[in-house]
Amino acid sequence: MTVSSPQTPAEVRPPGGAAITPVLTRRWISPESWSLSTYRSTDGYEALPLALATEPGRLVELLKNSGLRGRGGAGFPTGLKWSFLPQGDGKPHYLVINADEGEPGTCKDLPLMMADPHALIEGCIITSFAIRAEFCAIYVRGEAIHAMRRLTHAVNEATAAGLLGENIMGTGYNLKIVVHGGAGAYICGEETALLDSLEGRRGQPRLKPPFPAVAGLYACPTVVNNVETIASVPAIVLGGSDWYRSIGTEKSPGPKIYSLSGHVTRPGQYEAPMGTTLRQLLESAGGMRDGIPLKFFTPGGSSTPIFTAEHLDVPLSFDDVAAAGSMLGTTALMCFNETVSVPWAVWKWLEFYKHESCGKCTPCREGTWWVTGILRRVVSGHGTMADLDVLSDAAGNIIGRSFCALGDAAATPILSSFKYFRHEFEDLVTGRTPPVVAADELVGAH
Amino acid sequence: MTTAHRRIGVPEFDDTGHVYSDRTRTEAAELIGRYPVSRSALLPLLHLVQAEEGYITQAGIDFCATALDLTTAEVAAVATFYTMYKRTPCGEHLVSVCTNTLCAALGGDAIYNTLSHHLGVGHGEAAGTPGDAGSITLETAECLAACDHAPVLQVNYEFYDNQTPDSALDLVTALQRGERPHPTRGAPLTDFRSVEREIAGIYDDLAYRVAGPTGSVETLRGNELAEQTGQTAPAMPANPPEFPPLPEKK
Repeated sequence: MTVSSPQTPAEVRPPGGAAITPVLTRRWISPESWSLSTYRSTDGYEALPLALATEPGRLVELLKNSGLRGRGGAGFPTGLKWSFLPQGDGKPHYLVINADEGEPGTCKDLPLMMADPHALIEGCIITSFAIRAEFCAIYVRGEAIHAMRRLTHAVNEATAAGLLGENIMGTGYNLKIVVHGGAGAYICGEETALLDSLEGRRGQPRLKPPFPAVAGLYACPTVVNNVETIASVPAIVLGGSDWYRSIGTEKSPGPKIYSLSGHVTRPGQYEAPMGTTLRQLLESAGGMRDGIPLKFFTPGGSSTPIFTAEHLDVPLSFDDVAAAGSMLGTTALMCFNETVSVPWAVWKWLEFYKHESCGKCTPCREGTWWVTGILRRVVSGHGTMADLDVLSDAAGNIIGRSFCALGDAAATPILSSFKYFRHEFEDLVTGRTPPVVAADELVGAH
Repeated sequence: MTTAHRRIGVPEFDDTGHVYSDRTRTEAAELIGRYPVSRSALLPLLHLVQAEEGYITQAGIDFCATALDLTTAEVAAVATFYTMYKRTPCGEHLVSVCTNTLCAALGGDAIYNTLSHHLGVGHGEAAGTPGDAGSITLETAECLAACDHAPVLQVNYEFYDNQTPDSALDLVTALQRGERPHPTRGAPLTDFRSVEREIAGIYDDLAYRVAGPTGSVETLRGNELAEQTGQTAPAMPANPPEFPPLPEKK
């Protein structure tokens, strides 16, 4: 008979694993973590009265001092973004939360909103007060209905408790929060497309400047921030900037929700200090599934240049990843093992970008259409060497030539895969490797 | 019908002549009242008309245009931009299979092919008579933000995680028999039109539906590991620090 002993801590945290630092995720494991009573029993809504008792400008200073950088992908300093709003301009100000999570690989905001919606709501109230807004919209992708239920319920609970609505906690401050459902368009994760969509229009990006801080929702000063960013605010108010900076790296402070997916033994959400490496995270996640080695991964979603096993020790912070030639993005660590064909993966991603291009800018609309067709030809074994040159040439002509970053993102998988794996494309052309898909097997919507 | 009279590029919607219910009119007014500018209610209103008719029709376009004082062209332009607005009648259930790269690599394409073969329909097509019990519209979906649960599919936007071709086939045949297996994460399964009402922002039984479970193994992995290994984030100071002073004016 085999007796299995219970796992000991030493076994579940092998040496070299990541430090797990639950701040944003700390309530997720509590029963009914989404309810007001659970939230209040774990420091919930304790930051709010402190914030409402100070001057809005001091909250902006706190966020600047904390070094918090936007968690939606770009990493822009949050306090600085808030400080760009003009003051005393007589116009309404707005806070808009980008909860349109859809970047391939990204799966952190949905679990956050479902598990701890009040953290986002408290963050929204404090942020709205800091930027002098009295209306806040949370734009949730339409397919995330359960997140919308949890958020709407949280708004109702907070309103009933006097934490939201008219004369919040007797301070005279008023705020309305609307949970707004999208309708299935990746492009609405781009902040200006999101604003157009929230205004009841097609989700197409706007030319910047003017930036949303000057002319955002209804042409009024607006802050657009990601879910994880704003959910961090209550903890920063309670702990202060020195505490927050004691986690993470100097230029990328704080904890980060790393989302491990793909050929990983234990995929999931791991909150660890900024600057944790994939090697450490994989160690915590039980390594690659079935022991098949890692071939490539994305540091932060399909729009960030791919990395290979050479990059396992790159600290996953904004600056370190950029220095290594990619972008931190949303820390969506999609891990692919050696069984996956890189050209196939790139083709599938391009099908996505082709489908999601809003059509406003010609290089992106036409470019994604044509390169996807060429990739399709290559993966089905009918490509030519000239096709590969056209691919890199076309990708180079899409990048930097559209209003928003979707075009750049579409070119990225092609250019970054050519950097490390061009031989795989060439082998498909020469027939050295068989077609990855037969032409009649091509799946995808798109 | 010949297509000779059609104007190229001008979207056409089924002309059902439907008259919207008083309830929908009341709810539309409520949705419009939530926003500083009425037009912001257009996306919710399109979900709301879809909840009543099961898809976007000319009657739905007219209804939204009237409610928001827009032209039908302005409404149609929006209705044709977004994937979730269906222009053909949707089945009782909408089954969306993620075929983006990561899910596909883990079996999403095989799941879609299995379901497509079983139902005898392709992307965006309905098996059975739309609206009838057990009718199903199948579609491929882009990334559904559940990659740690891959491969995933959604039924009426509720999550069914960690699927295989066999488990997905079992699920769909159960739906066809009129059963409603509980999602892995989400509220008890209803139907496409009921969920469209919720997406519009109208909740009939929120206190019950909000409690649908979400604490999956994958979502809680970091928490479990922290508990097992006794790890926490650095402790906050016992008392919240003072806020920093305002910067001196230059």
